[in-house]
Amino acid sequence: MAEPLIRAEALEKRFQTGGGLLKKPRAMLAVRGVSLSVERGEVAGVVGESGCGKSTLARLILRLIEPTSGRIHFDGQDLTALSNTDLRRQRRRMAMVFQDPYSSLDPRFTVAEVLAEPFRVQREAPPAGRIAALLDQVGLSAKMADSFPHQLSGGQRQRVGIARALAQAPDFIVLDEPTASLDVSIQAQIIALLSELRQRLGLTYLFISHDLGLVRYFCDRVVVMYLGAVVEVLPRADAAPRHPYTRTLMDSTFAPDPRQRKVLRALEGEIPSAFDLPKGCAFAVRCPRASDACRAARPVLEGGEHPVACFHPF
Amino acid sequence: MLLSVENLTVRIGKVEPLSGLSFTLDRGEILGLVGESGSGKSLTAMAVTGLLPLIGGRISAGSVVFDGTDLAALPEARLRPYRGKRIALVTQNPMTALDPVQRVGDQVDIMARLHLGMDAKAARARTVDLLNRLRIPESRTVCDAYPHQLSGGMKQRIVIAMALAAEPDLIVADEPTTALDVTVQAQIIHILGELVRERGLALMLITHDMGVVAQVCDRVAVLYAGRLAETREAGPLFARPRHPYTRALIDCIPREGMAPGSLTGIPGLVPSVAQYPAGCRFHPRCLHADAACQQVPEARPQADGGSVSCHHPMEADHG
Repeated sequence: MAEPLIRAEALEKRFQTGGGLLKKPRAMLAVRGVSLSVERGEVAGVVGESGCGKSTLARLILRLIEPTSGRIHFDGQDLTALSNTDLRRQRRRMAMVFQDPYSSLDPRFTVAEVLAEPFRVQREAPPAGRIAALLDQVGLSAKMADSFPHQLSGGQRQRVGIARALAQAPDFIVLDEPTASLDVSIQAQIIALLSELRQRLGLTYLFISHDLGLVRYFCDRVVVMYLGAVVEVLPRADAAPRHPYTRTLMDSTFAPDPRQRKVLRALEGEIPSAFDLPKGCAFAVRCPRASDACRAARPVLEGGEHPVACFHPF
Repeated sequence: MLLSVENLTVRIGKVEPLSGLSFTLDRGEILGLVGESGSGKSLTAMAVTGLLPLIGGRISAGSVVFDGTDLAALPEARLRPYRGKRIALVTQNPMTALDPVQRVGDQVDIMARLHLGMDAKAARARTVDLLNRLRIPESRTVCDAYPHQLSGGMKQRIVIAMALAAEPDLIVADEPTTALDVTVQAQIIHILGELVRERGLALMLITHDMGVVAQVCDRVAVLYAGRLAETREAGPLFARPRHPYTRALIDCIPREGMAPGSLTGIPGLVPSVAQYPAGCRFHPRCLHADAACQQVPEARPQADGGSVSCHHPMEADHG
């Protein structure tokens, strides 16, 4: 089998907060030993709720932040071992689309300046006609080049964010909740645009979202995260979930059909704090299947094609 | 009928963001008010709760009859016994709905003290009871917490507790779960549904998510650019949407087994108030529009109840 485009090995990221003259700093593991690979041309999804570490993982994979430990291989090359100059050269081949199109565009830049910036970072000028071509690719009129972000709607801003990611013709794009702050009607437009771009340009995506319904629609494979760790990898988007947490996520996703109403169960317990993780499975306090074993030890991710980190999987 | 809104029209300065809305809501019932941002959902909520003056708006025509009284005709001073006591509002963002420097227990207590005349001790007992009902663990301890010490889902439950504390007849919930995680959203929706059934509350649930509407609402009012597109019972509305906009909104939600590429969204944008098109306001984005759509469509009553405002309502069965 060919080398995957992205291969992350045992990534960990520790953050410290607080601390001072008399106070000890507190540490938390935002990402705990995450390994994952993204094959060329695929859309890999990462799903989980706020605080599960999915955005930290996205930043680690592009080495926007430094991992505490672990490695990231991009097209066979170890990104963690690269010098800043070499990393910048590789960065042309990867890009990111951010969640909030309101704060990820500089309000004082025109759209043309936003789209020229990736070239400036690489110390070159955008080729003639490139800005107009980028706008066209994302379905915006070339006239918008002189607009400022505040003159655009949320959906248009996110299209600019996508155009900026495409500027250097990358192979790989990390999409960090690109539709979470948009209306459902605009979300569907953006997803359709991303699908079309992937087919036309042969892109590979890592799609990060809290919406399992959307991830199952858009992605080929789904990585489910809970409190910093991977709990399950669905080998196909339509695979039946094995981890109770993935089941819970599924049950919380409502279909637009009153005949398919979900019977909701009151989830016991609150999500534990990442500063104070329980000794056993992090989901045990909320899990209907939890036993003493789950509270005593942490299950590891295992199981070949469809790995799951659970002592009592479905 | 507990709430009966007739021909509700709202003006802010020179513009008319809401025109001719009519819908009803009874006790024990959940009405979903749905549409994209800019459809006028929140304005409708403000009109019903008498909060339009806050943004310089007013009801310029129509009536909001609540339990036999037309709230639209009441002066501000006489609205006060309704707001908070008989009609409660749950807003989208629990972070801004709570006072950051007051303990959350006190913020819930004050509702019962103000509106039901309870003393501090009785009010606290009620608060604790309410928090238990909303499945807040260690409710007595939580009462002493400040908002920043609680999670988003917990804060939203406190806001719901505040809304419930004065035993209102009607709760207007404006995107109560949009800011929350999906599992927490499911919990809150579940709790709201239970309260409606148990206490005979009426709930007006505002959302842009047709999935949430399908999960919990009895009836649905679909709003587009300040006008009602379609209002019907949830079952038939989802099975056979008749307004093309309703159909388009439903098709924005990914569902199990949906073919790749079938999620396309709705082309274009909701027009701003100053740029409402003539005739049917949806026609520039509608796949079925023709010359007839230059005229404003009338609300046509439907055989299965409700009404549809479209010159070319859809007939085909959906899914």
